[in-house]
Amino acid sequence: MATPLNLKELSKKELRFTSGHRLCAGCAAPTVVKMILLAACDWPVVVASATGCLEVSSCISTYTAWKVPWIHNAFENAAATLSGVETMYRALKKQGKIDKDIKFIAISGDGGTYDIGFQSLSGAMERWHDMLYVCYDNEAYMNTGIQRSGATPTYADTTTCPAGAVIPGKPQQRKDLTKIMAAHGIPYVAQASPSHWPDLMKKVRKALEIEGPKFINVFTPCNRGWRTRTDDAILISRLAVETCFWPLYEVENGVTKVTFKPREKKPVVEFLKAQGRFKHLFEPGKEKLIAEIQEMIDKNWERLLKEEEMFASKEESQ
Amino acid sequence: MTKVVAVTGNEAVANAFRQIEPDVCAAYPITPQTELMQRFAAFVSNGQVKTEMILVESEHSAMSACVGAAAAGGRVATATSSQGLALMWEILFIASGLRLPIVMPVVNRALSAPINIHCDHSDAMGARDSGWIQLWSENAQEAYDNTIQAFRIAEHMDIRLPVMVCYDGFIISHSIERIEYLDDEVVKKFVGEYKPLYPLLDVDNPKSYGPLILTDLYHEVRKAHSEVYKKVPKVVVDVAKEFKKISGRSYGLFESYRLDDAEIGIVILNSAAGTTKDVIDEYRERGIKVGLLKPRLFRPFPYEEVGNALKNLKAVCVLDRADAFGGSFGPLYLDIAASLCNFKEKPVLINRIYGLGGRDYMPEHAQGVIDELIEIAKTGKVKVLKEYIGVRE
Repeated sequence: MATPLNLKELSKKELRFTSGHRLCAGCAAPTVVKMILLAACDWPVVVASATGCLEVSSCISTYTAWKVPWIHNAFENAAATLSGVETMYRALKKQGKIDKDIKFIAISGDGGTYDIGFQSLSGAMERWHDMLYVCYDNEAYMNTGIQRSGATPTYADTTTCPAGAVIPGKPQQRKDLTKIMAAHGIPYVAQASPSHWPDLMKKVRKALEIEGPKFINVFTPCNRGWRTRTDDAILISRLAVETCFWPLYEVENGVTKVTFKPREKKPVVEFLKAQGRFKHLFEPGKEKLIAEIQEMIDKNWERLLKEEEMFASKEESQ
Repeated sequence: MTKVVAVTGNEAVANAFRQIEPDVCAAYPITPQTELMQRFAAFVSNGQVKTEMILVESEHSAMSACVGAAAAGGRVATATSSQGLALMWEILFIASGLRLPIVMPVVNRALSAPINIHCDHSDAMGARDSGWIQLWSENAQEAYDNTIQAFRIAEHMDIRLPVMVCYDGFIISHSIERIEYLDDEVVKKFVGEYKPLYPLLDVDNPKSYGPLILTDLYHEVRKAHSEVYKKVPKVVVDVAKEFKKISGRSYGLFESYRLDDAEIGIVILNSAAGTTKDVIDEYRERGIKVGLLKPRLFRPFPYEEVGNALKNLKAVCVLDRADAFGGSFGPLYLDIAASLCNFKEKPVLINRIYGLGGRDYMPEHAQGVIDELIEIAKTGKVKVLKEYIGVRE
């Protein structure tokens, strides 16, 4: 019988990512990791991490925060590394050398997922390895000091696309990796946020119950990079969801479903103004830039709702 | 009962893989390695082995998957050539740093640019400092024998290090030769059951692989790592002794050919050693005391043993099938020179670069080198220290 995903039952479970790691105070990554491992509490798991904040801060010298088997190989190859682990598991299981039902989870930042690690991720998904790949998306290369990534949103101020007199932060739009992963035709793809923890944990649980490749993109605020207060991670995550900057949805066997619809869709300024990385957008004369961001969000949100509706009407007609 | 066959080098090594039956094999095709993996994939498809193949999207992922699979706790193999090995470069260091006993035949091929699919040693030489043990092979028989021994060496509990088995692209990989295969059961017994060490899949005893080590300990970790390499030559020799019992074929750290009473000598790797031996025989018939040293264990380099084997010669030519651009001499020359530099009496050394990008190494090239060595031994004078031979004018 699976452990119910409620606070009372989960609080009885052992945390498999310990405190005492060296991530920054207020970082959302360890919160996300704890949620993932709690959702996976009924299975033995093996975790692979890409090089990044989480990796360098969680296993230093003889100290490790991981109470589960964990492997770090390099920056761009968490998916390929875990492919190897999972394949060896299948090989040894076939030979009768292992009888446990083990789950495999890769956890990497957006650099190791959207950008340098994309080939490795795409390959692993196409090869249909039985693994869950989680991207903890903090929207820039935070480990090396807040450089822009393929996940950095338009007009965010980073150290390699600083907001200046001529260029107002990152000029390009972010790569929509969740959709790209869904286009791989894998059984389960989702977007989640730690502010909506039951939704996140349900998605992780659901993903782990499905055989084959799964991908979940988790919104993970970084107070250092986003210039927010150390206790703002969950607040900012909630604003991202409520403004539809980060919609919560899943694509299960090709069927899109929005898992949270805000009663009232908040304007994106509420999300932007809470963060120093968008501070320059509030200077006089920059109103157009915020309007542009709002327009992008609206367009994407409407498109997502239409996509959901398309599948809903199909199901009704059947 | 051994079985004598006529096969290509790649076929011989694929057959060694079949007999050894690694648990996981991750690979990406690249000429001239492709034929090896195709043949092995056919064994998998036909159910002749229980190996799980991971047909990855790049060599970088091939080596990454091998690291994951080996850390998980089973026997792992891959193979590559040239650009593929170059693409793996980053992960080669991680495989050796994590002490993972992965075995990888490297079918030697030139590096780009210009692109060239034929043999030279620039690929393996580029990876020589990655912490992988390197065994080099003169012919298909040696490639087969070395592959079998490589698993025993890699998995030895004293070292647990990855091993490359180098053999020449096309010259060996695609030429048909006479090979003596060992029986499947003999090979299986020789290689034995895989013994996992700290497997990730032991979920009841979690281990963390690949930690961050900062300035407080990195230096010490590297020193400890370097100590392990001192144990490698003994393991290589011990495994060779056992291999002789099942095959009748002898292997050491290097091969000495008519070297004991030699006055002049040639040092050369892989297939070109065969041609050189024939030429040496001709010169010996004429009473010229010439010999050859063919390194087998190139990394870690057994410099003491090599130095002792060469110190009494008058003149030695090191033939390199790779150059070190912007450096002084070819990579093999540097190791030979370093092996000899502390002896009071030592031979005069010259370096010749040959056979790049598959250029034929002909008997007349060996003759030219020996003639030059005869002259150097007589006069003590060297005209050119380093030079390309076999260049079209």
